[in-house]
Amino acid sequence: MNTANWLSGDSIRWLNAGGPLQEVVLSSRVRLARNLAGFPFLSRADEGQRRQIYRQMYERLTQLPIGADLAFVDINETPYLDRQLLVERHLISRQHAEGEGTRGVALSREETIALMINEEDHLRIQVMGCGLCLEELWQQIDQIDNQLHSVVDFAFNDQYGYLTACPTNVGTGIRVSVMLHLPALKLVGELEKVSRAAKDMHLAVRGLHGEGTEAIGDFYQVSNQITLGKSETEIISEFCSVMVPKIVEYEKLAREVLMRERPAAIEDKIWRAFGLLENARTISTEESLYLLSHLRMGIHLGRVANIPLNTINDLFIQTQPAHLQKLSGMIMDGEARSVARAELIRRRLNNNNN
Amino acid sequence: MPIQCQRCKAAPATVHLTDIAQGEKYERHLCADCAEEEGVVMKTQQAPLNEIVTKFIMHKAAAQELADLTCPQCGLTFVEFRGSGLLGCPNDYVAFQRALDPLIERSHGGTLQHVGKVPNRAGNQVQSKISLIRLRRELQQAITEEDYELAARLRDQIKELETP
Repeated sequence: MNTANWLSGDSIRWLNAGGPLQEVVLSSRVRLARNLAGFPFLSRADEGQRRQIYRQMYERLTQLPIGADLAFVDINETPYLDRQLLVERHLISRQHAEGEGTRGVALSREETIALMINEEDHLRIQVMGCGLCLEELWQQIDQIDNQLHSVVDFAFNDQYGYLTACPTNVGTGIRVSVMLHLPALKLVGELEKVSRAAKDMHLAVRGLHGEGTEAIGDFYQVSNQITLGKSETEIISEFCSVMVPKIVEYEKLAREVLMRERPAAIEDKIWRAFGLLENARTISTEESLYLLSHLRMGIHLGRVANIPLNTINDLFIQTQPAHLQKLSGMIMDGEARSVARAELIRRRLNNNNN
Repeated sequence: MPIQCQRCKAAPATVHLTDIAQGEKYERHLCADCAEEEGVVMKTQQAPLNEIVTKFIMHKAAAQELADLTCPQCGLTFVEFRGSGLLGCPNDYVAFQRALDPLIERSHGGTLQHVGKVPNRAGNQVQSKISLIRLRRELQQAITEEDYELAARLRDQIKELETP
């Protein structure tokens, strides 16, 4: 299928529909790792077996009720730029984009469901949603998983649970994560404390694109690390009722304190970001993320009224390299992208201004 | 003929120092005791060498035993797993259990028992499918070696296991 036409410059559903605590929690994600019983894991599978696994997954998935909503993308046959586009939209991992051999992803029309085939495990099911909505996402993914169980046998063992290629995922195979926006905690220098507390609770704190990425523009991804010895619902409820609300509360408190004690400093950050974004003629991905982060904070503090939050959310996604090139319909080098990026930002901000 | 200690002038010098200060080169030859008194060297505790060697060998042997673990289904060795961090097939969890359990325990907060979701039709089917991994590997091997009689037999066995 043609990802180029399908994933045009549209808004991202899982980022743009509001959702609980969205002033701090951008999005939630749940993924399950599964492997077919009767096949080796991928590190010991040859190309013939990879093809067999892919075909079996494709055939079984299309039989299911959810199959009707899925479109399959053969990653091996997909051009580089389209693969990058999928990474930028958080639909596949970097590892999957840059890997080798037969592999693919099945996507729902709304892009909230993605099933990666032949990534690290035979199957990685993920569902995404706006704000803090892990409980709903669990209901959804559990149902998809149940549908799959009716047509395939997954590698499972009474003691270790679902068996995964890497023992760090064994048991439930679940990874729950939330994307957090923590500009105030960063400004008051309390981020280190949050990060330490999260690590004490066996949670991982990472950058925007997960494993091995830097935190840019005050965006952080927090996820569980323990997958064995706790049930899926226990893992999720710890997240939803303890960890995340605490961080959200802490961030909001920091925002209040900043507005009370250093209003000029905060407003200066917000309006400088606004000024730069409205006037820049060339801008890097990193700088735009950093400035958009301040603008987003301005919206939530009621300082910026005429820009909808969705415009900012769209820009987070669309200012990335593959998106810029897809939107403009041509291959651009870094310098040309910086010009196109600045142009896109100016256009989107001015549209809302007038 | 060994050099005599420059300090006590009795014992043979075993510590030889060359020092350059203000462009001039000094040489000092001291016995072990004098060197220690001058703070030039620290006398080490007599290490029970045989104890260290024994420990080392024992440790090596235990590690070697674990390293030699091989999964009969997929053929992966524990050493290969340590290199990549990725297991070769579901049966590795059983084949490497002794070596793997401490690692799993460490990364999952001290537990070794799954308490989450259980597939509603788990059991015999999954267990019997484990041998498909080995059969498929043997089939590949048979084809490579052009042993078509064996390949045909293996294909039949695989087909039998594949049908639910």
